[in-house]
Amino acid sequence: MTQTAAFDKVVAIIGPFAKNADALKAATRDTKILADLGVNSARLVDIILAFEDEFNIAIDDDTADKIRTLGDAVDQIVALVKD
Amino acid sequence: MSEHKQRVVVTGMGVVAPNGHGLAAFEEALRRGTSGIRFHQKLQDLKFGCQVGGVPEISEDVKKSYFSEDLLLAMNASMIYAGIAAIDCWKDAGLKMPTDSENDIDWDTGAVIGTGVGGADTLGELVIPNVNAGTVRRIGSTSVEQTMASAVSARVGGLLALGGQVYSNSSACTTGTEAVINAYFAIREGRSKRMLAGGAEGHSHYVWAGFDAMRVLGRGFNDQPEKASRPLSATTGGFIPGSGAGILMLESLESAQARGAKIYCEIIGGAVNSGGQRGKGSMTAPNPTGVRRCIKAALADAGIAGSEIEAVNGHLTGTMADPYEVENWKEALGVEPSQLPFINATKGMIGHALGAAGGIECVATVLQLSHGFLHGSVNCEDLHPALEPYAERIVRKTVDREIQVMAKASFGFGDVNGCVLFRNTNNGI
Repeated sequence: MTQTAAFDKVVAIIGPFAKNADALKAATRDTKILADLGVNSARLVDIILAFEDEFNIAIDDDTADKIRTLGDAVDQIVALVKD
Repeated sequence: MSEHKQRVVVTGMGVVAPNGHGLAAFEEALRRGTSGIRFHQKLQDLKFGCQVGGVPEISEDVKKSYFSEDLLLAMNASMIYAGIAAIDCWKDAGLKMPTDSENDIDWDTGAVIGTGVGGADTLGELVIPNVNAGTVRRIGSTSVEQTMASAVSARVGGLLALGGQVYSNSSACTTGTEAVINAYFAIREGRSKRMLAGGAEGHSHYVWAGFDAMRVLGRGFNDQPEKASRPLSATTGGFIPGSGAGILMLESLESAQARGAKIYCEIIGGAVNSGGQRGKGSMTAPNPTGVRRCIKAALADAGIAGSEIEAVNGHLTGTMADPYEVENWKEALGVEPSQLPFINATKGMIGHALGAAGGIECVATVLQLSHGFLHGSVNCEDLHPALEPYAERIVRKTVDREIQVMAKASFGFGDVNGCVLFRNTNNGI
């Protein structure tokens, strides 16, 4: 799993939850999922479940808590897929 | 609170019914006697006795035109119906859709939108399977907002940025009518300027299963769905489940006139009560004494005589209770059978939408009153023998008729009753 491939899938998964469409279009690794994209914090658990389904991985709560930016999500996913 | 009673008018409506979405389509269906009852393969696969039901035809494209993608991920059927009806009602009332701005809140409008059963589809499809499998975390974040009793009103409150009291009532099949009456009281007392009021119910085999098990659903017309819902008929074998939403904008006359809103009609009286589940009343059957007291209380509230009611949109579900209901109207209004107000049943076309029934049928009542017609009660060609004395008063074919005062009543499990009275304002308020 390349970083780029993971990034594109992460953006696609978060897309429906993002209230800020402009920020989504201009998303980078540093984009903050809650503050920049306007995702409702309650929906983070749904996004984590979608990551698990898409990448066939298990993301524990401690790992999920470390995800703030799109880059955080990509790094955790790539690490778990490699494992 | 105002020191004097406010007059209350209806200034907007929205409806999502099995036989039509939107006021124009619904009115056309009412006038033509169009049925929204269809066969559902799922019910046959699951070995239901009743395999037909009323489900609004709302396409995915229509849903997406009302709600964002993330909202739809957290909305079950009852919430979708409530949301569509509420937005339609809001626009019909001439109000502007709010923006996402933090200051764009309508502090003058509240909502009482009830449901009878609520998010049983979410429980059945999402919560229960995951809990039983030991995979609670896979329920995700959206189950609570879809299964809490106030799910439908809470979603509407956010969609329309309402700043008044927003809540759901629940009184089984009386729910929608009770909501209208509650809103009427709140506005009349000056507690609120405007309220969206009505009911919503999703379609789900999980909702309908319990009624099927009780053997209160009609089973004899699975191969003729449009004939299956038969209020007032000799050959009815139970009610047919329905779903949808009906929501009305109730507003103080003062507010409506100040903003130049169109006015459909005035609400002049209402009452809710219970029969105590004593005498002939029980959890599942209305105590006639309670029903009659409720109707009389609505008349007293309006300050009119029973003889002034010109038409009734009955509860009339297609069970053995229909003849008793008509008898209760006769007794409560103090008239002879030949003098009974014209009475019709909407459920023959849409089934019994449970908590949404009162909301959808209040919309039907206001459409008839304000547009000068009474819709036919379909599928009662073979009138129940006990209703023969009333044959001339039961509306079986749609007729054009100007009515001045029309009543809507609903009765529900728990022996609860609601009756609301609408007055024609076509010739001036």
